[in-house]
Amino acid sequence: MAARLTLAQKQSVWAWGFLAVPLGYFALVRFWPAVDGFFLSLTRWNLVGPRVFVGIENYRRLVGDPVFWQVLGNTFWYLLLGLPISLGLAFVIAYHLDRVRYGQGLIRALYFVPHLTTATAMAWVWRWFYQPPPVGVFNGWLVWLGFSAQPFLRSTSQALPAVLAPAIWAALGFQVVIFLAGIRAIPRSYYEAAEIDGAGSWQILRAITLPLLRPTFVFLFITTSIGFLRIFDYVYNMTPGGEGGPLNATRPLVLNIYQTAFARMDMGYASAQTVVLFAILLILSLLQLRLLGERK
Amino acid sequence: MRSRHPVAWILLLLGGLTMVMPFVFMLATSLKDNSEIYDLALLPKSPTLDNYIAILSTSRFPRWFAVSAIVATATTVSVLFFDSLVGYTLAKFRFRGRGLVFVLILSTLMIPTEMLVIPWYVMAKSMGWLDTVWGIMFPGMVTGFGVFLMRQFFTGVPDELIDAARVDGLNEFGIFWRVALPLVTPALSALAIFTFLGNWTAFLWPLIVTTSPNLYTVPVGLASLSGEFQTDWEMIMTGASIAVLPTLVVFMVLQRNIITGIMMTGLKG
Repeated sequence: MAARLTLAQKQSVWAWGFLAVPLGYFALVRFWPAVDGFFLSLTRWNLVGPRVFVGIENYRRLVGDPVFWQVLGNTFWYLLLGLPISLGLAFVIAYHLDRVRYGQGLIRALYFVPHLTTATAMAWVWRWFYQPPPVGVFNGWLVWLGFSAQPFLRSTSQALPAVLAPAIWAALGFQVVIFLAGIRAIPRSYYEAAEIDGAGSWQILRAITLPLLRPTFVFLFITTSIGFLRIFDYVYNMTPGGEGGPLNATRPLVLNIYQTAFARMDMGYASAQTVVLFAILLILSLLQLRLLGERK
Repeated sequence: MRSRHPVAWILLLLGGLTMVMPFVFMLATSLKDNSEIYDLALLPKSPTLDNYIAILSTSRFPRWFAVSAIVATATTVSVLFFDSLVGYTLAKFRFRGRGLVFVLILSTLMIPTEMLVIPWYVMAKSMGWLDTVWGIMFPGMVTGFGVFLMRQFFTGVPDELIDAARVDGLNEFGIFWRVALPLVTPALSALAIFTFLGNWTAFLWPLIVTTSPNLYTVPVGLASLSGEFQTDWEMIMTGASIAVLPTLVVFMVLQRNIITGIMMTGLKG
């Protein structure tokens, strides 16, 4: 008995020894900064002078700030347009790709490449595509086909979808791969049984594939939503001066946080915006837990 | 279930080719002479490497590569070591507080980077880490996701092996390092690839923490360089190509590992 106790104590010492450095790290680089972020949101501070406690003043300011509401609206537009388009495309591609016999690996790779490459670099490539004639490729094609040239990034109504397009393009490969993994995890016997019963492929899709893919859909719904709500790289690199123009038409929340904190040095006000972002993302994460928990 | 529907196959292939068109345009234009830039023809009439020579000799690109390589490599080594050590401890040790530690580490996944960048900046400023390589990499040295992932894989390592090693007189670190770690190499390689690429392509934090062009990472350097080039699109495409080519090469070499890694872990690159 005494010997076993010593073993358990020994184990405990080793365990805490292994955990000491990483836990200290998490405390200093994750938990403390998160708490500090909340505190900062209750202060007015320009990074140089003293921090002035102002209570919920920053949040009150947010409510009355038209730019904030515009930015929040833009952020949700990225989500509302990006989510159905990218998940719809990804599912259709994965569904058909699963049945392909020849060159499946190659075709899958083609869809996947954009996901791994540097967003900053590809943002500039797309920015070039959107340039007015005679520079931009898209306008070159439009004119060649007899249409009139479009302003794209220079128009307040076209700029947001124009910036969103490469973000969808870059995320698509990841979603296709996850859908493929989900489709392959469905037991073959289900399909065989359905075929013996004489079910058509449309019926099989509705009665077997889609319901069994529910966890995959929930996972992608949440990760994709979080991705679009945090959009930054493409907007920063595709708009002049990284400002999310024209007239803030493309500026998302994260870019507004960046500008507020590091261009205008309004640290408290920027922190309040990060708390809003945190709250939105937290709600989504809890929604995911709930949606996945229901079935189990 | 397998069908050989030629129409679906052709459409899928065309879609896939459309996906890689931006890369084709980028590379083709980087080989063009300035006089051909307004030419809609995809391929350059007289391909030249002059743009590459010009950028590599006049900009700080080589330097940015060095910074990115150091940051990505050091971060990856640190993440692999600490994430697997913590994952192993949580999977294979019985001690009081284990559940709490696991939940705490898991909860860090809920905190978005964007909420932390301002406090990190304040911390880096007061510690004198602004404009240093350490300043760029300190936020990513241990990750909650990697701990979670490695714990899952270590759970599958049989306890008998560990007990046998203990009887043989190996100490606990020796058991982790020489017995358990070699059994989870697929998970380690997936974690290594994604940590490296994630750091290689990271933009927001390196943009915030560096102001001296000598310490830019490749994405930050490219963004500032492209801003300076204004309308020299063939130069911007050359810079973008230089930034993207290493990731394309990594992908071609490790394609299967990367895709099976994602399927196995649900990892986001």
